Amino acid sequence: MTSYIARRLLLIIPTVFLALSFLFFLFFTLPGDPARLIAGGADRSIDEGVIQRVNDRYGLDDPLVVQFKDYWARTIQWDLGESFLTRRSVNDILNEKAPASIRLAIWAIIIEIIVGIPVGLLSAIRRYSISDRVTTILTAAASAIPVFVLGFVLQWLFAVQPNKLGWPEWAALRTQGIGPNSWALFFVPTGEQWRYLILPAITLASVSTALAARMMRGSMLEVLRADYMRTARAKGLTERDVVLKHGLRNALLPVVTLIGIDFGVVIGAAVLTETTFSWPGIGSEIADSVAQRDLPVVLGLTLVVVLAFALINLLVDISYAWFDPRIRLGKGDSS
Amino acid sequence: MTLVEPGTPTTVTGVPEVAAPEELGEARPLRADVWRRFKRNRLAMVGLVFLILLGLVAVFAPLIAPYSITERASGEFRQGPSADHWFGTDGIGRDLFSRIVYGARVSLRIGFAATAISVVIGLLLGAVAGFFSGKTDTVISRVIDVFLSIPYIVLAVAIASVFGRSENAVILVLGLTGWLYIARIVRASFLSLSRLEYVEAATALGFSRRRIMFRHILPNALQPIIVIGTITVGAVILSEAALSFLNVGPQPPTPSWGLMVFDGKGALTSAPHMLFFPAGAIVLTVLAFVFIGDGLRDALDPKLK
Repeated sequence: MTSYIARRLLLIIPTVFLALSFLFFLFFTLPGDPARLIAGGADRSIDEGVIQRVNDRYGLDDPLVVQFKDYWARTIQWDLGESFLTRRSVNDILNEKAPASIRLAIWAIIIEIIVGIPVGLLSAIRRYSISDRVTTILTAAASAIPVFVLGFVLQWLFAVQPNKLGWPEWAALRTQGIGPNSWALFFVPTGEQWRYLILPAITLASVSTALAARMMRGSMLEVLRADYMRTARAKGLTERDVVLKHGLRNALLPVVTLIGIDFGVVIGAAVLTETTFSWPGIGSEIADSVAQRDLPVVLGLTLVVVLAFALINLLVDISYAWFDPRIRLGKGDSS
Repeated sequence: MTLVEPGTPTTVTGVPEVAAPEELGEARPLRADVWRRFKRNRLAMVGLVFLILLGLVAVFAPLIAPYSITERASGEFRQGPSADHWFGTDGIGRDLFSRIVYGARVSLRIGFAATAISVVIGLLLGAVAGFFSGKTDTVISRVIDVFLSIPYIVLAVAIASVFGRSENAVILVLGLTGWLYIARIVRASFLSLSRLEYVEAATALGFSRRRIMFRHILPNALQPIIVIGTITVGAVILSEAALSFLNVGPQPPTPSWGLMVFDGKGALTSAPHMLFFPAGAIVLTVLAFVFIGDGLRDALDPKLK
């Protein structure tokens, strides 16, 4: 087990290195001179002296190989460079933006667990009932709605309409920005904060909640057919014990894996959700920086995301073995 | 799902001589069997009918659309639905219904073309990785892992900013980023199929590797490829909308549904129809592909039922 973890951790290094190097070179194949962009825009005529100073400052005149080496020499020491546009340190930007993203993600995961799993479970137990059919259609719909469209629909339903219809002030939800940014215990909103949190959290949770419910339903249906379920009933256990103690525990396994694999989807959804709600997190920052070709910010934040993605996948694999003792990691290839 | 058995009709065991068709009685061609099971899935049939209608709308767009995609009705900005403009008008007075009708062409073209690119790349790399295994497999699987470790949106937006914003560029971006899962599935199929006896037999007969891969193994690995291909078309249409939303999708005045949603987001308070009609078109189309994909999966692999 320990050697398995060590091997997987070592594998993360070349994967992250190659992924970031790909993005590094990709951005240097972009048309246009980055120095000109930094100095004030591609279209305006800029004093050659200014461009020269920019080139010197960021080493943009150096051969690509030298820049590439410099980039990794810095990055290994966790110096993520500074933004081309605002000259702020990317480490600072990361420290400022990460908490907002993590808080939003925590709430999305809470919604995924308390909504997705019970809904999938009920759907499986009452297969082909009306509630099962409604769930099937809703979960399919959730995977077909672009995240930002759902965000706008929620904004319209719970902010624009109430405003027009004159709903009482206590029911009004906010749709832009993070608001007062007041939290207890890191992630519990205090004061007016919940008005700003609730819509982006639901939006971000929608895709993964639908996936979790779908997966839970399929997995539970399979378990319900298993022999040990019949045995449990034959022993005279109550239906409740059969389903919750014998069924749910076994059916949860594939759902746990899904939550890990899904993390990539969640990151994509986070970029769109944060942009839709102007939530000041890593996702919206990446989207802005890519659009403005602010290379150090894109690379720095992507590095963090890629690392988090790899570590979460590893944790999921380990927890999988912990849940199911029949799985022995480290023998043969697990992929 | 990755373990695909050779099609049943070809593996009738027992008598070696070929029976005359009428003697087989209940035997039906696989295709008829699949269609019979597919028809039973109501949602999949709804999806199929919707897509056929959408295809007709796309083909006959000039006959259906009452206005052109750039024509501006003077003074009628952001008007709600009316008898003249069924879906209302947009921020500069263009007829939304006409633009959505023409948008069906854009979405279907991007969806199918990008999926075709993804399937070709995924099929070739997946087949090579699964068939040759060993070092070739390791290299290809590593490359896939590396690209999968970059969040899809970041990857797509980064590549999109290199290729520009023409419709062909968007097709290329989505095609070049969408093959990763297809390659994984094809690889798994080829890995298990290439160990079967009939492949050994074909090798013993001295057939070339290419012939074995594409004439012998591929037909048996097609089922999951068909299913994921169908779902990918829907996913591509969603991704196109996301690129448009992040302002790296097709350029105006292309009547792209994603671009229309992007235009409509600023008018949420005053003219929500600008957002809801194109968004509805995206959702219904993607949903149709999801339902058809589900239906195909159940129809192609009755063991799952």
